[in-house]
Amino acid sequence: MPIVSMKAVQKWYGDYHALKDLDFSVEQGERVVICGPSGSGKSTLIRCINGLETCDAGSIVVNGIELTQRSDSVAKIRSLVGMVFQQFNLFPHLSALENCTLALTEELGLTQPQADEKAMQYLDRVRIADQATKRPAQLSGGQQQRVAIARALCLEPELMLFDEPTSALDPEMISEVLETMVSLAEDGMSMICVTHELGFAREVAHRIIFMDEGALVEDRDPVGFFEHPDNPRTKKFLSKILR
Amino acid sequence: MKELLIELIGAPLGTIVFQLIFAAQYTVYLSLIAFVGGGIAAVFITLARIAPYKPIRSAATGYIWLFQSTPLLMLLFLCGLGFPHLFQFQISPWTAASVALTIFTSAYLAEVWRGAIGAVETGQWEAGNALNLRYVVMLRRIVIPQAIKFGLAPTIGFLVQIIKGTSLAYIIGFQDLMLVGKRWANAPVDGSEPFVIFPIMAVLYFCLCYPLALFARQLEQKALARGQ
Ligand SMILES: Nc1ncnc2c1ncn2[C@@H]1O[C@H](COP(=O)(O)OP(=O)(O)OP(=O)(O)O)[C@@H](O)[C@H]1O
Ligand SMILES: [Mg+2]
Repeated sequence: MPIVSMKAVQKWYGDYHALKDLDFSVEQGERVVICGPSGSGKSTLIRCINGLETCDAGSIVVNGIELTQRSDSVAKIRSLVGMVFQQFNLFPHLSALENCTLALTEELGLTQPQADEKAMQYLDRVRIADQATKRPAQLSGGQQQRVAIARALCLEPELMLFDEPTSALDPEMISEVLETMVSLAEDGMSMICVTHELGFAREVAHRIIFMDEGALVEDRDPVGFFEHPDNPRTKKFLSKILR
Repeated sequence: MKELLIELIGAPLGTIVFQLIFAAQYTVYLSLIAFVGGGIAAVFITLARIAPYKPIRSAATGYIWLFQSTPLLMLLFLCGLGFPHLFQFQISPWTAASVALTIFTSAYLAEVWRGAIGAVETGQWEAGNALNLRYVVMLRRIVIPQAIKFGLAPTIGFLVQIIKGTSLAYIIGFQDLMLVGKRWANAPVDGSEPFVIFPIMAVLYFCLCYPLALFARQLEQKALARGQ
């Protein structure tokens, strides 16, 4: 059973056709990188998967659960899917540790000590346990993004979504976040990752997808993607970005 | 205290100042009633204003719109004179003034607080949703703690507006600093001419408002400093 299966998905923002009849699926344990020009619908696509956007037509099934308008299906799917944002979206008034424990105590019924223990494991996993008591503003961008990854991991998701996780970072901090993501990949986590870090894509992705104007233009293994892309638009994009 | 004042500044003026200070306490009480009552009502209106159901939101928007565009003076007239006359019932100036100011305050504060909640980045809601938090948990643990930062200074600042606003309640016979002051100013007593009384009243209003204004400014500066 695929972890994500999207069929004939359409999304409109007013008159703007953001996703055009999209078919897309990801197998359990598979790592997919999505790239493409700005405005091509990459964020829209992955935000539809956990219901941050609602699609207008088509079906989305996550781990066997159909995403419908009903809030219980949305909740079930969200409990399986972790998400990491470009702007981190950490809660600024809470410490790194509290950012991680909030959902554990409020929604999963863990006691504070249990939640703290679990959160510390994951903060340690992203190598930031020593900063646990700091607020986001006291951390560097790379550290914040690693806390955000730990926060998502605490809920033990089956699938992780990354929306340009390194785009808001200074160059010297990009690698620490990518390393964290590589180590997640090594553990067999299913991942869908919007990124233009093509080195990362080549290293960890099973498939690379190129999106343009709301459609999947190219869907290939990394070698094929970089060596001999089928679509002229992919070629053009690659020549720009690899220059 | 009355004797002390008379000793200090002479007979008619001492008595007047004492009566003004005494009346000022009703200004304070009315302000507190409006602030507390209006604040409690505003909590519910704000929650309705951001509720995930459109009809509830619309109702709250209508309430805010209606009472924000009604002058306070007219609310006082309606509560103190209009409705009692129309429906033939008795209402004390206390009750009427409290109701009018509470409604006025609730609409204003609800709008301020909605703005404060709107100022919290949408990314915060999205992160909460992605973590599968329930709506109430997001409000309580994420959004409201951050919104307080934006809403506190204008809320305290509005308390100043309420204190000044209570001075209009004299129009329906509410015995406050304003009414007592006006009465003295009109009285044919030597040393109670308007040019004596009104400055004293102004000083008293100033003493009530200035500390709050100062406090609001401090909060604002703190919020600014934190924002950087
Ligand atoms: N809430 C919205 N309302 C209206 N239009 C939107 C909204 N969100 C996105 N769009 C539009 O939909 C299109 C696709 O947006 P999307 O954010 O998915 O692009 P993207 O591929 O992630 O781009 P980027 O690389 O800039 O993040 C864009 O043209 C954008 O302007
Ligand atoms: Mg995007």
